Amino acid sequence: MRIELRVNGEPCEADVWAGESLLYVLRERLGYPGSKNACEQGECGSCSVLYDGKLVCSCLVLAAQADGHQVVTVEGLGEDGRLHRVQEAFVAAGAVQCGFCTPGLVVAAVDLLAHNASPNDDEIREALSGNLCRCTGYAKIFDAVRLAAGT
Amino acid sequence: MQEEATTLGAVDVLTPRTLEEALRLKSETPGAVPIQGGTDVMVELNFDRARPPALLNLNEVAALRGWSRTNGRVSLGAGLTYAEAMEHPLAELLPALAEAARTVGGPQIRNRGTVGGNLGTASPAGDALPPLLVAGAEVNVASVRGERTLPLHEFLVGPKRNALAEDELIVGVSVAAGAGRETFLKVGPRNAMVIAVVSLALRVVDGELLAAFGSAGPVPALVRAPLEEASSFPEQVAAAASPIDDVRGTAAYRRHALRILAGRALDRCLA
Amino acid sequence: MSVQLELGRVGEVVPREDGIPKVTGQFAYSSDLQAAGMLWGHTLRSPHSHARIVAIEISEAVTMPGVHAVLTHEDVPGEKLYGLEFQDQPVLAFERVRYFGEPVALVAAEHPEQARRAAERIRVAYEPLEPIVDAERATESESLHPERPTMGHGYRDDPRPNVVRSLVIRHGDPDAKGDVSVSGVYEVGIQDQAFLGPESGLAVPDGEGGVDVYVATQWLHVDRDQVAPCLGLQPEQVRIHLAGVGGAFGGREDLSMQVHGAMLALHTNRPVKVVYDRQESFVGHIHRHPAKIWAEHRATRDGKLVNVRVRILLDGGAYASSSTAVTSNAASFACGPYAVDNALIESLCVYTNNPPCGAMRGFGAVQVCFAHEAQMDKLAAELDIDPIELRLLNALGPGGSLPTGQRVTGALPVAEVIRRAAALPLPEPEELPRDPLRVPGGSGNTTRGEGVKRGVGFAVGFKNIGYSEGFDDYTAARVRLAADGNAEVHCAAAEVGQGVANVILQVARTELGTDDVTLAPHTTATVDSAGSASASRMTWMASGAVRDACRAALEERERNGGGEVDIERIYRHPRTSPLDPETGQTTGERSHVAYACAAMRVVAEVDVELGLTRVVWIGTAQDVGKAVNPQAVTGQIEGGTAQGLGLALMEEIQTRDGLITNASFTDYLIPTTLDMPPVVSELVEEAEPDAPYGAKGVGEPPTVVSTAAVVAALRAATGRDLARVPVRPDEIVGL
Repeated sequence: MRIELRVNGEPCEADVWAGESLLYVLRERLGYPGSKNACEQGECGSCSVLYDGKLVCSCLVLAAQADGHQVVTVEGLGEDGRLHRVQEAFVAAGAVQCGFCTPGLVVAAVDLLAHNASPNDDEIREALSGNLCRCTGYAKIFDAVRLAAGT
Repeated sequence: MQEEATTLGAVDVLTPRTLEEALRLKSETPGAVPIQGGTDVMVELNFDRARPPALLNLNEVAALRGWSRTNGRVSLGAGLTYAEAMEHPLAELLPALAEAARTVGGPQIRNRGTVGGNLGTASPAGDALPPLLVAGAEVNVASVRGERTLPLHEFLVGPKRNALAEDELIVGVSVAAGAGRETFLKVGPRNAMVIAVVSLALRVVDGELLAAFGSAGPVPALVRAPLEEASSFPEQVAAAASPIDDVRGTAAYRRHALRILAGRALDRCLA
Repeated sequence: MSVQLELGRVGEVVPREDGIPKVTGQFAYSSDLQAAGMLWGHTLRSPHSHARIVAIEISEAVTMPGVHAVLTHEDVPGEKLYGLEFQDQPVLAFERVRYFGEPVALVAAEHPEQARRAAERIRVAYEPLEPIVDAERATESESLHPERPTMGHGYRDDPRPNVVRSLVIRHGDPDAKGDVSVSGVYEVGIQDQAFLGPESGLAVPDGEGGVDVYVATQWLHVDRDQVAPCLGLQPEQVRIHLAGVGGAFGGREDLSMQVHGAMLALHTNRPVKVVYDRQESFVGHIHRHPAKIWAEHRATRDGKLVNVRVRILLDGGAYASSSTAVTSNAASFACGPYAVDNALIESLCVYTNNPPCGAMRGFGAVQVCFAHEAQMDKLAAELDIDPIELRLLNALGPGGSLPTGQRVTGALPVAEVIRRAAALPLPEPEELPRDPLRVPGGSGNTTRGEGVKRGVGFAVGFKNIGYSEGFDDYTAARVRLAADGNAEVHCAAAEVGQGVANVILQVARTELGTDDVTLAPHTTATVDSAGSASASRMTWMASGAVRDACRAALEERERNGGGEVDIERIYRHPRTSPLDPETGQTTGERSHVAYACAAMRVVAEVDVELGLTRVVWIGTAQDVGKAVNPQAVTGQIEGGTAQGLGLALMEEIQTRDGLITNASFTDYLIPTTLDMPPVVSELVEEAEPDAPYGAKGVGEPPTVVSTAAVVAALRAATGRDLARVPVRPDEIVGL
């Protein structure tokens, strides 16, 4: 079946098998592999995208559900070829190791700061509690969010 | 990626725009599995545990969204998300549901998972179910044959089984709001993103204690007692449970924890 | 704000060279790869933990839509068995399956769904056999490997069935008596590496009978040396290229999809991508060995250890992997970083039909640290001595000896890390009430303070750096200097997230005195082996190789009076010797190259009525030699600590009759943002004399100590023994 959607502002269309997730279609059919396939059951947040402006796991959105909707992936966060300040902060704070969780965490942190410009530590922890990281123990990820928030 | 040389399996997606259309499609294709937030259905698909002939995508049915307040009752659309259940002013009307919603998954799951989905899945661990049970929830279901309402405890007929007929959809659930005090507690082996090892909702209203627990029996069950029996109520709750040993916890622990949770919930609601 | 990509030298904070591609989603992980005409590979796996294969019927599967190949053991072109150290594992099962999830057949199809549907039509007739699942009875059971693949390699000959390795260390007088004695039995569940990037890769036929495999791995050349014989190819016909690695932690030392993908690619003459899903990943790699440890510590009345007697039983599961080395590591570190004149250590690893186990961060030292630190606390209580004082009194250091008779040379500042960790100020208890996020149970809203008790725990541990017991451990690096001054460095050291790519660049910039350095892709095609990204060895070894190659290149250019230079150098750390098979004593000067130690202090709050925990604060001091990149070092410490905390509190692969019952991130839980406290890290920099720049590896010590330290805090809060990890709520509440 055919679906049409906007990814990072660009209109896209794809022929999909009805059982495919939005994650699969982004990665394998539309050329946006930035969202990651870590658990495919909504338990790790690595595939996080903004779906009509809301933070969701793209592995749990049926591709056909995205027909006519807007998706922003990690590839679409920067502007004019510059990194988003959250992306810069992740690099500067050492919040990246293997990096497999990073795209999802960056999207989740961008979503947090969009709703709460200066979150406290508890708010950062709760906002990122749907994103697993196996490498960092999270400390430098929290540093990065604080750095990006300027707090 | 090259085009597939042959067609893939027979899953189809039906996307109605109105409730009427949804009911018609469900009637025409009773095997169609409703999908709203996808937090349960997609896991089944991604891990090859289910290949339904069709999926009924309810995302575009506006009538299933939101909530409203009439005659002292609050009606929640089947498509109400956990994130919405945590927002003012609904969180103040149904505080236990809001507390339960906060325990569900991470923000991504709370943005997509819905109360209707929790009812449809009818898991013994469904976090919305205990708060709805103590709030006297009634489930509104509909089909092309018409609508009907049934109490939640009758709707939940077994582990992952509900009372829906094959042509019916969950439209919403209504509860008595703003009455008495209530709370929700959930035990999991880590401090976020867990399936309940055991959970408990308690409401104290009009001299009556109502408790409902999750993950401690085949369905979330309701226990009632007069306020005067508060001191023995934790034992009553624990005794009403029929927990099992599984990968998430032992039956003995679940019964023990239920007793502790009930005592703490009473302290909160009677303070 | 903008990111300054400083081109740092050794000792400076340098942002990751792959940081920007990783935060923008541009970095290509092994599961992201695509190629024109690509097919999807799928692996059919055993649903049994032990069964005889009666027949495999593929005729229906091959006719399924979109299917290009269905392969079984009959299609393995070369060697049917492979293994990291011993060839005991079938590429595809034949005759019998020995563990749940063992690969049995392969499918290549145009879409993953077509591959799954075809795999469903492969008919495998199994005759289930009684699985051996109790490690304590494995040596009395039928042999799973009658050919005894691990015997005859210089190990002690133990004739019992299912022995992977049996090691006995006799040190001093193993019967020496003390004034007091404390004993305990400790158990460790199966931990999984749970890296976030599932096993995956892309195999591309080269059109000339060879194959290129792009894969997430820890050791490119040892992959090649296992893959080529199974394909019946020469090593140079198989080129292994490092694709982006989504974490490793030991779990990518063994092969996963490499041979399978290559077989499908060569058979179909199409590129084939294989991506495991999370459930498959749980059976797709080895795990940390579950252990049972019996320990007795004898000491004088004033607290000096006299004799430590330890028996260690490790369940290796169905195949050997690196179990023999884990067996000896557990034995060498069984006493902890303490001076002990007398010891009897028996370490046994057995084959069973449980999930295969091998390398995971900490590699045998994690399990024994949990036991020896519990014992030290028990001894302190018995003697009424402060537990930190007791540790200082017995601290091992240069000049002291390990139970293997190896004298400690080089840096091992055990007393210093203990003092530094113990001196870190503890946080004040927080006021109640608090947001549920700040109490045990977290978002579950289970307490407003009821039942909550606070405890402080302490642990110290150590582990070897680099490969041991006579292994010829080396790393190659190749440096090309262009006429314009640009330098290109080739090194096959796997960048698995730990930051070795930065280390290589920092060393090259430091040695060459220029910032104009690039790192070539990691591959077997252009440079010799780097050895494994494991055993906390890569910083040391890659630094040595790159340093030597850079210096040689400069000398060569000097000799030539300029021009282009292309030079490769092999670096070896000091040679080690095997252990004597009868006594367990080192047969040379050393069996380990060097060590790193860490001490950790943990504050935890425990809801003693519900058995739930919130770790409040962790402070640690770690012996790092020299921090090549301090930011990366603290990142390793924080992340390694989290993995140990996970083992202490929640992480366990559960099995029933050898079948994994929680193969998902829903039921195999790893710490979330609400489970990890702040970690205060003190870096103890005492240069290791044998190591380039004095730098030791840093990845493993935090994982070794944190499980022990967290459980010590739980014991302090609850007053319970808690002799098994992960600690279950049942044990805390006394059920």
